[in-house]
Amino acid sequence: MGTGPLLMLATLEGMVMAAVLALAAVGLSLTFGVMRVVNVAHGEFFMLGAVLAWGATQAVPSAPLGFVAALVIAPALVGALAWVTDTALLKRLNYNPESTIVATIGLSYLIQQGALSFFGPDARAVAAPFTLRLQFPGFGYSGYKLFVVAAALLVLLAVWWGLTRSRAGLVMRATQVDRTTARAFGIHVDRVYAGTFALGAALAALAAVLVAPITQAHYLMGHDPLLLSFIVVIIGGLGSLRGTLLAALVIGLADGILSMLYPPTLAKILATLAVAMVLVFRPQGLFGGRA
Amino acid sequence: MKALWLHLAVLLALAVAGVLLPAYPQGMLTRVLVMAVFATGYNLAFGYTGLLSLGHALHFSAGMMAAGLAMRAGMPPEAALPLGALAGTVSAALTGVLALRTKGVSFMIVTLMFAQAFHLTLLYFGAFTGGDEGFPLPGAARHLLGLDLTQPGPRFAVALVLFAVALLAQGALVRGRFGRSMVAMRENEERSRMLGYNPFTIKLAALTLSGLYAGMAGAAYGLLFGYVGAGFGTTQYSILPMLYVLLGGAGTTLGPLLGAGIMAWLIDAASALTNASLAVIGAVLIALVVFAPKGILGTIRERWAKWLP
Repeated sequence: MGTGPLLMLATLEGMVMAAVLALAAVGLSLTFGVMRVVNVAHGEFFMLGAVLAWGATQAVPSAPLGFVAALVIAPALVGALAWVTDTALLKRLNYNPESTIVATIGLSYLIQQGALSFFGPDARAVAAPFTLRLQFPGFGYSGYKLFVVAAALLVLLAVWWGLTRSRAGLVMRATQVDRTTARAFGIHVDRVYAGTFALGAALAALAAVLVAPITQAHYLMGHDPLLLSFIVVIIGGLGSLRGTLLAALVIGLADGILSMLYPPTLAKILATLAVAMVLVFRPQGLFGGRA
Repeated sequence: MKALWLHLAVLLALAVAGVLLPAYPQGMLTRVLVMAVFATGYNLAFGYTGLLSLGHALHFSAGMMAAGLAMRAGMPPEAALPLGALAGTVSAALTGVLALRTKGVSFMIVTLMFAQAFHLTLLYFGAFTGGDEGFPLPGAARHLLGLDLTQPGPRFAVALVLFAVALLAQGALVRGRFGRSMVAMRENEERSRMLGYNPFTIKLAALTLSGLYAGMAGAAYGLLFGYVGAGFGTTQYSILPMLYVLLGGAGTTLGPLLGAGIMAWLIDAASALTNASLAVIGAVLIALVVFAPKGILGTIRERWAKWLP
């Protein structure tokens, strides 16, 4: 394969990576932005999404239907779990930042054990809804991967629209800016928090459903997305949605392209160190933002 | 004075238990003691100084790796143990200089990222460090001051001595001037700054000392149980000391030991029913932050025994 097609292939892989990452990271960014809660269990919500996608495609054997079922069921169930988590756990801690981190660490252990006990230690393949191979000059590429990019873009646009144009988004932004005043204006802050937490988790689950046919479902698959989401959210500026999207694009593309040229472990080492340095020297993130 | 007697009584009870217990629980107690040294160090940073680090696996595994690699290369344990402690100290000082520029949640994430980067580095140089599989230390190399550490008896004795030093040093430290300035950082950093203390140096000193404990514990763990691996650098080994300290009681001298002991017993008891040790850890963490943020000894001190160290 010549350099041109190779670079093209790497860029496509990077775009898939960036799309999935952006979905997961926006979920994390939302919960942090609105609630000031760092959700360490975010990676496990992602993993649950993939595991539930496997369950749905097993239950509904016809390939496209099973996948559609997974797209609906997995985010809904994970969102419901997050809603319960928020009302039963985080609210009791008064959203104290440090206690919620410890609590969500505990939650991530519980979810991981649940997946290990009921789903098992093996990676399982999730059937893609369709198989289509697109022929580019020099190489063929999976049509499903391009579908993932398009679907993620669509969802991100919907989230963007919802946050900036809809009433629910207005209420969320009002709560983010000033929780007490929002309450004084009759906003159900508790419900906004539960909804935000559920939405964040559902976005992670959705990202996982989309990526599951590419990567398979596994009970430890939440670690990397969690780390990468952290990286994206921090580099983009904690809580800034625009920064998060930009950072997801840059880091997803960079990761896709670099990991074809360099060993992935080395890339991860540099990325984690970069995150630490950004937090130390430029806590507002690289893309400015209003963290 | 009361506190010193209590510490000595606990150490005596541990020694008696070590002699009387049958092999299996004695081995468990040995492991608990080493982990309690680690947690005692964590307590200095988190319990007394209020630095909630999520990256102590870095110092633990740095100590273990430094000592393990040195012993593999032929260094005697008498020199490798201090080398491990030094590695923990240096790693804590270096990361502390950077991480202490941040506070609260950022501090947690920065320490987590440093530990993660170190763990990945151990994996990246897997050909040298053994990576995930690690490497065993040959029995012939595991002789400390004439004691054969492949035998359970000497192993327990070494663990107990280490823990005794760690506990008594902590007790003396936190009752002294420096210990009080550490607590002042936890309680009100701004006021201490106004009184003329430099919060950065005090916090850095506490963190570095905490790294010394962690490095020592890591080196001892490798030496006593004869195995060194990158697996001890995972996030779980940052969470465990936090769990022990939260459970036993942050800012109490005996809390780390109590927490480590109870968790070991809980996981052992649960393993008879299921193999869900992760779930036990998760459930205890959640229960603690919700119902008993002060931990066992912290609650006892608050309600009944004000004098408890």
